[in-house]
Amino acid sequence: MNFAGARRWLFAALAVSVVLGLFQPRMDLYFADVLTRIGVAIILAVSLNLINGYTGQFSLGHAGFMAVGAYTAAAVTMFAGPKVVGDNPPAMIAQAWFLVALLLGGGAAAVAGVLVGAPSLRLRGDYLAIVTLGFGQIISVIFRNVESLGGALGLNGIPARTNLFWVFAAAALAVYVVTALVNSTYGRGFLATSDDEVAAQAMGINTTRCKIAAFVISAFFAGIAGGLSGHFTLTIDPKGFDFNRSIEIVVIVILGGMGNTPGVIAAAVLLTLSNEFLRPLQAYRPLLYALLLIVLMLARPQGLLNWKRTAKT
Amino acid sequence: MLEVKDLQVSYGAIKALHGVSLTVQQGEIVTLIGANGAGKSTTLRAISGLVRAGGGSVTYDGQPITNLPAHEIVKRGLSHVPEGRMVFANLTVLENLKMGAYLRGDHAGIRTTMDYVFGVFPRLKERTKQVAGTLSGGEQQMLAIGRALMSQPKFLMLDEPSLGIAPLLVKTIFEKIVEINRQQGITILLVEQNANRALEISARGYVLETGRILLEDSSAKLRANPQVKSAYLGG
Repeated sequence: MNFAGARRWLFAALAVSVVLGLFQPRMDLYFADVLTRIGVAIILAVSLNLINGYTGQFSLGHAGFMAVGAYTAAAVTMFAGPKVVGDNPPAMIAQAWFLVALLLGGGAAAVAGVLVGAPSLRLRGDYLAIVTLGFGQIISVIFRNVESLGGALGLNGIPARTNLFWVFAAAALAVYVVTALVNSTYGRGFLATSDDEVAAQAMGINTTRCKIAAFVISAFFAGIAGGLSGHFTLTIDPKGFDFNRSIEIVVIVILGGMGNTPGVIAAAVLLTLSNEFLRPLQAYRPLLYALLLIVLMLARPQGLLNWKRTAKT
Repeated sequence: MLEVKDLQVSYGAIKALHGVSLTVQQGEIVTLIGANGAGKSTTLRAISGLVRAGGGSVTYDGQPITNLPAHEIVKRGLSHVPEGRMVFANLTVLENLKMGAYLRGDHAGIRTTMDYVFGVFPRLKERTKQVAGTLSGGEQQMLAIGRALMSQPKFLMLDEPSLGIAPLLVKTIFEKIVEINRQQGITILLVEQNANRALEISARGYVLETGRILLEDSSAKLRANPQVKSAYLGG
């Protein structure tokens, strides 16, 4: 996809998200709920794919970035909001303030991205995975112990601000940024870093900057996804951002195909939906979900929609 | 053009270079020969900033570049083709070449250089869309050299360009190295196991042994030197 193509695609996706937002009041609640989950999953997976897929790093801390964004955005709407826009702002102003909250949430997560990206200069593969894993745990423990943010009980009473427009506009933006980036000269440096770091350095690529940039951009979108998710479930549970959540996102990326955005989007949709379809099976759900993962991995190890490039071994 | 003085490099507790000094004049082809583990690759890597030098200095074009980050060194026109080719296996030939021009912003100039590279290595032009990992060894070497040329270097360091390549292609590669040197005026520092061929195309040579420069002479004299003959040229 070239630049013009990517931009046209972005406008189309934004138009779709406007339409979804307009029709949301008439939609079945459950349907809208599933759509929201799909959208958030897309943002998380597409952004993680920038680190794990395109740049060849391995992060297990995506839920940590999400938590930073969720708490920051919630604090902005709950605590700062009443002081800035009043207790009961008109809908438009409330939505505008929500945008500010989302951006601040993304920004805070991006700062966390620098902190985690920095060790990645020295570490690769399994070792980096462990550092990011530790980061995720630390974040979870910190939020569990900050009483003003609800402590272990979590943060409740978050205003309902998330709608399908915000979710899919953010998803479209994440897809656009990642796609445009990896197709630019600067972004090809990310691919080169993943392919062969020494050769990339010899080409004059500042691999350090590429790796940190990947973490920062990716964390920003994870933070936005966190903000959206908090203002959708109206409560934040620090336990909801643990290791399992990160693994879920990693699974989507691997299943979709590392470094293959359309595949990752498809996997995000498929796994979210299958989670819903398996719901009637109750206790057997995790079992079948796990079986589904095994079957998919055996059938398409190169990723769901990956036909073009050979799978990395 | 390049002056290396008393360069020292250690990998952990093991010292790989015990003070290597060498100079390369503008427009020259200089060969660095030596046995496995003598420190040839390490010397190149230290010059291009891929490993840190523990001591000594590297001066390029009159300016100190010791321990600058690798991308800063490439920016100054010093390009390194690492050993084992190291093409980006998952990128296409065209993408690999574009990576070589990573630091350049002039699109017209990049096109001109790419046409030049295709002129030197017509094989690459036939395979622009092919993923680099599926090229033959010789083609990958051509791509690695072509990619380095894309940055419009003034100084090119080639590490074992004949390694693992069909003998017929080795001849071609060496001819191309001479062509690049003559036509573009690019100074070349060559590291080779195939010492005979390397000394044929170079003006001067250094013999490296266990991290030290053992000999330095014109290529013709090195080829005639009985010590060099028995150790590196096969009798």
